[in-house]
Amino acid sequence: MKRELLNALLDAKRARKAVAIITQIVGGAQRMVSKEQSANDPLGNILEEAFRFDESGLHEDEFVHVYNPPLRLVIIGAVHIAQSVIPMAVQAGYDVSVIDPRGAFATGARFPDISLHVQWPDEILPLLGLDARTALLALTHDPKIDDPALNLALHSECFYIGALGSKKTQASRCARLKEMGLSDEKITRVHGPIGLEIGAKGATEIAISIMAEMTRTLRLGN
Amino acid sequence: MAGNTILDQAFSWLAEGRKVALATVIETWGSAPQPVGSQLAIDGEGNFAGSVSGGCVEGAVVTEALEAIATGKPKVLAFGVADETAWQVGLACGGKIRVFVEPVGL
Repeated sequence: MKRELLNALLDAKRARKAVAIITQIVGGAQRMVSKEQSANDPLGNILEEAFRFDESGLHEDEFVHVYNPPLRLVIIGAVHIAQSVIPMAVQAGYDVSVIDPRGAFATGARFPDISLHVQWPDEILPLLGLDARTALLALTHDPKIDDPALNLALHSECFYIGALGSKKTQASRCARLKEMGLSDEKITRVHGPIGLEIGAKGATEIAISIMAEMTRTLRLGN
Repeated sequence: MAGNTILDQAFSWLAEGRKVALATVIETWGSAPQPVGSQLAIDGEGNFAGSVSGGCVEGAVVTEALEAIATGKPKVLAFGVADETAWQVGLACGGKIRVFVEPVGL
């Protein structure tokens, strides 16, 4: 790989742009194609599928290496369950951000080594930018904090949106989101009660069920 | 994916003036431990970061990577199930992989 190509690839990563490197495995010639330009490439159809399914692969003598932007997890609520979710998410390759306007919760001591925002979700989320490689968890139980975040997430391409709370909480949450002008169709994107039904008890097992549901949605769709 | 941090490693090694090669899993069959696209960055001293197999064939890949650095030419390596003649570089899991090794930054 030429140095200029490595630089361009790392630039794309920083800008959260999806690109593919196509390598002729005999001889080693390489080209970079962005997701937007993939239709103009001789491997157009293959590239489109490769980006969509995040699947690199060999096609005759050309290796298509997909570099989708890193997965991102935005957690609303610097709460106990967040502390259990974070190590698993980091292991699974997510860049994690935690947002909680309550300074007593969002402390570096409770959440070391991750990006922590002591701000309201509607202030910070537009700056972070929610995209199709991002999952959002609303974990505070407090509508003042969770609802604006869910509203923004539902207007974005986030691949997974989950909200903590019982079926009853979820029903009243859906009613509130409807009052905010969101359609029923959009609101069904909120996974609530959050997580796969595995009979989870306690924060760690709930975190497992959340990670499982997120992974299933990422890999298999909604 | 973790592959991205490996590219960062390759970049910083180059910035330090080291020679670098990159190995990428391009094909797998059976129960290969690392998926297609997994990468290993190798410097001219044989230090490496990342993984192409979960540890079974990294040693052989590093040797080939040093050669790729020396010759400036890429090559494709194939590793199969461990057998008597090649057990040191076989995959104990019974899988098969092909790995593309290339010099970086030339």
